[in-house]
Amino acid sequence: MSDEMKLVEDLTQSEYKWGFSTDIDADEAPKGLNEAIVRFISAKKNEPEWMTEWRLKAFRHWQNMVEPKWSKVKYPEIDFQDIKYYSAPKTKPKLESLDEVDPELLKTFEKLGIPLEEQKLLSGVAVDAVFDSVSVTTTFKETLAEKGIIFGSISEAIKNHPVLIKKYLGSVVPYTDNYYAALNAAVFSDGSFVFIPKGVRCPMELSTYFRINAMDTGQFERTLIIAEDNSYVSYLEGCTAPIRDKNQLHAAVVELVALENSEIKYSTVQNWYPGDKDGKGGIFNFVTKRGICKGNNSKISWTQVETGSAITWKYPSCILLGDNSTGEFYSVAVTNNYQQADTGTKMIHIGKNTKSTIISKGISAGKSDNSYRGLVKVSKGAKNARNFSQCDSMLMGDKCGAHTFPYIEVANNSAVVEHEATTSKIGEDQIFYLNQRGISTEDAINMIVNGFCKEVFNELPMEFAVEAQKLLAISLEGSVG
Amino acid sequence: MSKNLLHDNAKNWYKEKFIEFENNLNGEKLLPIHQLRKDAVEKFDELDFPTLKNEEWKYTNIDSILKKKFTPSVNKVEFRFTEKDVSENKFSGFDHYLMVFDNGIFNESLSNIDELQNGVTAGSLKEIAKSNFNVVEKYFKSSRKYCTAFDVLNISYTSDGAVIIIGDGIVVDKPIQIIYLNGSENESLLTQPRNLIVVGKNSSVRIIQNFVGNTGSEYFSNVITEVYADENAVVDVCKIQNESESAFHIERVQTVQKRNSVFTHHNFSFGGKLVRNDINSELCGENIETNYNGLYLANNNQHVDNHTFVDHAEPNCQSNEVYKGILDKNSKGVFNGKILVRQKAQKTNAYQSNKTVLLSEHATIDTKPQLEIYADDVKCSHGATVGHLDDAAYFYIRSRGIPANVAKSMLIRAFANDVVDKVKISPLQDQLNHMIFNHLNRVEIG
Repeated sequence: MSDEMKLVEDLTQSEYKWGFSTDIDADEAPKGLNEAIVRFISAKKNEPEWMTEWRLKAFRHWQNMVEPKWSKVKYPEIDFQDIKYYSAPKTKPKLESLDEVDPELLKTFEKLGIPLEEQKLLSGVAVDAVFDSVSVTTTFKETLAEKGIIFGSISEAIKNHPVLIKKYLGSVVPYTDNYYAALNAAVFSDGSFVFIPKGVRCPMELSTYFRINAMDTGQFERTLIIAEDNSYVSYLEGCTAPIRDKNQLHAAVVELVALENSEIKYSTVQNWYPGDKDGKGGIFNFVTKRGICKGNNSKISWTQVETGSAITWKYPSCILLGDNSTGEFYSVAVTNNYQQADTGTKMIHIGKNTKSTIISKGISAGKSDNSYRGLVKVSKGAKNARNFSQCDSMLMGDKCGAHTFPYIEVANNSAVVEHEATTSKIGEDQIFYLNQRGISTEDAINMIVNGFCKEVFNELPMEFAVEAQKLLAISLEGSVG
Repeated sequence: MSKNLLHDNAKNWYKEKFIEFENNLNGEKLLPIHQLRKDAVEKFDELDFPTLKNEEWKYTNIDSILKKKFTPSVNKVEFRFTEKDVSENKFSGFDHYLMVFDNGIFNESLSNIDELQNGVTAGSLKEIAKSNFNVVEKYFKSSRKYCTAFDVLNISYTSDGAVIIIGDGIVVDKPIQIIYLNGSENESLLTQPRNLIVVGKNSSVRIIQNFVGNTGSEYFSNVITEVYADENAVVDVCKIQNESESAFHIERVQTVQKRNSVFTHHNFSFGGKLVRNDINSELCGENIETNYNGLYLANNNQHVDNHTFVDHAEPNCQSNEVYKGILDKNSKGVFNGKILVRQKAQKTNAYQSNKTVLLSEHATIDTKPQLEIYADDVKCSHGATVGHLDDAAYFYIRSRGIPANVAKSMLIRAFANDVVDKVKISPLQDQLNHMIFNHLNRVEIG
């Protein structure tokens, strides 16, 4: 047992592996938030007048809002005037090949485990790497352009595709939606924009690595994905961030629009700095993610693996407006030490014969708190709506908490809604069984946890599934003795 | 103070009424129970009535209760209900003791509690508060969980209620049926019985709470029931609520259980325009068993809200909860079942299920089964389903030549059966089954 305990000690005390900070001159806004800062950000990005106005409207609305307090997470008061709302590498390199990229930047990517070259050559993934809020380089753009796919930064899209932006930006998550969505709308610095035209099946997985870099910079990215009729896209989002002493705020907005017969698959691996083992530091991840199945037979699928952040507070949601549309949510949320997670989904059934599936796996260890909070709403007109939800929690150690708050609202009697939840721990008999077969306790735990999460990992694209499993192992290192 | 005019008006109304009530108490003002009332009314002043913004009341709008000015029923003016009303409405066919409350005031002449065993006290709180208050005082003082405006409203006007105190080592030979007859033709009354059930070590008792309303009359019954189950006690409380269809009914059941005790609560909800139940148990000891068993039926424009809360504070306890709902016409159901497992409560087994059948396209249900777990060596699960009657089963029955209405009744009967079945008194089961079909206006099957 003492050996195991030591192993546990060693592993739980392992430092955040991807903690480092790159020194690149950042073009920063002064701390604080007011109309001038909003204008400054807008001007920095050379935005047209209507965009500046939109931001200002959002900002004015935000000023009249109060911070929400209903979640089951605790954190010190955020001073919104003590945050820098803009930070970008000084000039945006316009490069054809990777050789021209700042070598220090490349090193950063390498440390992050994003070998751009390799990915370019081997995996066929087009990477739009967001380095401190501004897209640095975009690959495979030409291949995509041939098919008419637009994949790039949202600031470029604002300039180049104003019609699309005007039509869709804020159409799923309006700035009036919630406190952090309003804040994001006012100060968002950059993000990704994807447009898949009619009848196109995107030939590769689109992926963006976000990274929070400069000190005290809240990253407010905004992602908008539009899939036109009969199209398909799979989008990956992954994150790592360096060690910081001060809590950092991350309030992103993601909007998905799926038109008739289209499908959007959105996968996230989130591994931001969770704070050290005493709960110091770490990212506040307050994100609004929502997709709308606008057309008939459309489908939106969210898959997330959340291992990082001091606080995760997000509910990727689906509005199932079109008839026969489908929403899916697969989630693994892991909390260790003092991490807190309050995450889940909302499935709003409006159209007829709409279907939704929710599979959520929560793992809490150390002194962490992990909550699933979800809503399944079947409106009056949603004939034959069908939902299945399953929320399983696993507890490691007796100082953590696992909570479930499912809200089910049904206003149509032809709907069938099922929800089930269980809470358990890793059985001593399971570990014993594996030990017997010569598997070390640590491997045994990994194996059991991976089995517990398998249903979700199966939904991840290959590249991500591997990374996710590794992350899981690191996040939980020896949490059970 | 809140900005809500309606809520403020209601509050002022009950505060004014309290002064009136207090002035009429005369000498009784000096009784120790009055201090509890005064503390409560002070708290009532601080608290606001819950709104939809309040998480616990998210799906239940109480404005309809507050719109009406109800007169608190605190004194026996004259009894409104007669022997005939009692015999028509009581559950019969089995031996039982009987306690009758007429708009919250104990009617001794209609009750039948003369032959109680030694060591069993059953009577009116009003009398006990006068002569023997110290018996109930320690329980009333320890009740700290009363946190809503409705709770303190009840306590502010504490006048009467059923007090049942059972000493150690007594198995009460017959169930005690408490029948609450409510409503009045010419007044809108607020009836607020405050019940106390104390069961000593190694004792057991079965209690039936039967709420009956005067058809058509509008009143508000706001009830508190406290249950204390000492070590090894076995307590079975069966609540059957059949208030008038225009009545409002709110009850809070607060239970404290000690080591090895078993508490079972059956909750059958038939009547009432707006119904809210808060059923809470604190498990303060090891090896405790708590069973919640509920069936709510709603028809027409009824609104039924059940909130349950099991607080697992100690290890090796178990709780089982089954709540089922059948909703017809424009009715609305709300269910919130919360299980809290504290850090110390290792080896807890907690099971909860909520199933609802919607019989009409206009019926709605909002359900929220909730788990909060801080201990790792536990087995906790909950499930919730919402749907309609099983199409395949319906088809099977129909294909055997059974008419549509009978087939539906069979499915309803089957759905409700596992809740009804847990009531161990078979004549009572039959009467409950009858009430189910009667309430839903469906063909009755045996």
